[in-house]
Amino acid sequence: MASALINVPKKAKRGDVIEIKTLMSHIMETGYRHTAAGQVVPRDIITSFTCRFNGEEIFRADLFPAIAANPFVTFFTVATESGKFDFEWIGDNGFSETASAAISVE
Amino acid sequence: MRKSEGSTRRRFLGLAGSAAAIGAIPVVGLRPAAATQETMASAIRTVVGTATVQTGKVKLDIPPLVENGNTVPMTVSVTSPMTADDYVKSIHVFNEKNPQPNVGNFYLGPRAGRGQISTRIRLADSQKIIAIARLSDGSFWSVSAEVVVTLAACTEELI
Repeated sequence: MASALINVPKKAKRGDVIEIKTLMSHIMETGYRHTAAGQVVPRDIITSFTCRFNGEEIFRADLFPAIAANPFVTFFTVATESGKFDFEWIGDNGFSETASAAISVE
Repeated sequence: MRKSEGSTRRRFLGLAGSAAAIGAIPVVGLRPAAATQETMASAIRTVVGTATVQTGKVKLDIPPLVENGNTVPMTVSVTSPMTADDYVKSIHVFNEKNPQPNVGNFYLGPRAGRGQISTRIRLADSQKIIAIARLSDGSFWSVSAEVVVTLAACTEELI
């Protein structure tokens, strides 16, 4: 159901600064909306996003209801060696998704 | 009789005054309908502590006029060499009038290469956005931007 879009260059030169773009499909329900009957729609958001490279954390974000639906986060990193990026999204109601992307550095 | 009334009033005002002073520190549990300058200030306090926040070094790219507050692209970039001993530790974004003062916290490291992040945010009203960067030397730098929103993100909308 949930799906991630990851954009990582497949190849890079050692020392290059590369941009990583991530998008996770998620409703990001704020918890501040009401139904027509006046009931609050319970909060359902992604609260945490982490990116690890070869097991080492390189980027982390705490997300709040003010992040738009389908959270899109981009950041940068230095290509040091070939390896694998692991992405993890954690949220309300036991939401947990992972994705990964490989890069070869020459 | 009059005198005792006067002293009660004085005492009440005194108490109210000190309560207001303490009130600047967050009253947790009381969820406000909208974040205010005070809640934003206290949210910033919890991040920066007692450190002073200086203006500069941070750039906040956000459209000044937004048609749809449901998804507003935002980029925060920090001027930093991003070396092992001089880098951006984290970037924090706050708003004034959404139901919550926090927008997001982003933690970077020396190997990020560039102190920059982008995301898409929601804005419930025309308001001020503040981005604060924490550098590795412990200093805080900030920038703010005013955004006018024509269609607010749905906080009150019936669905």
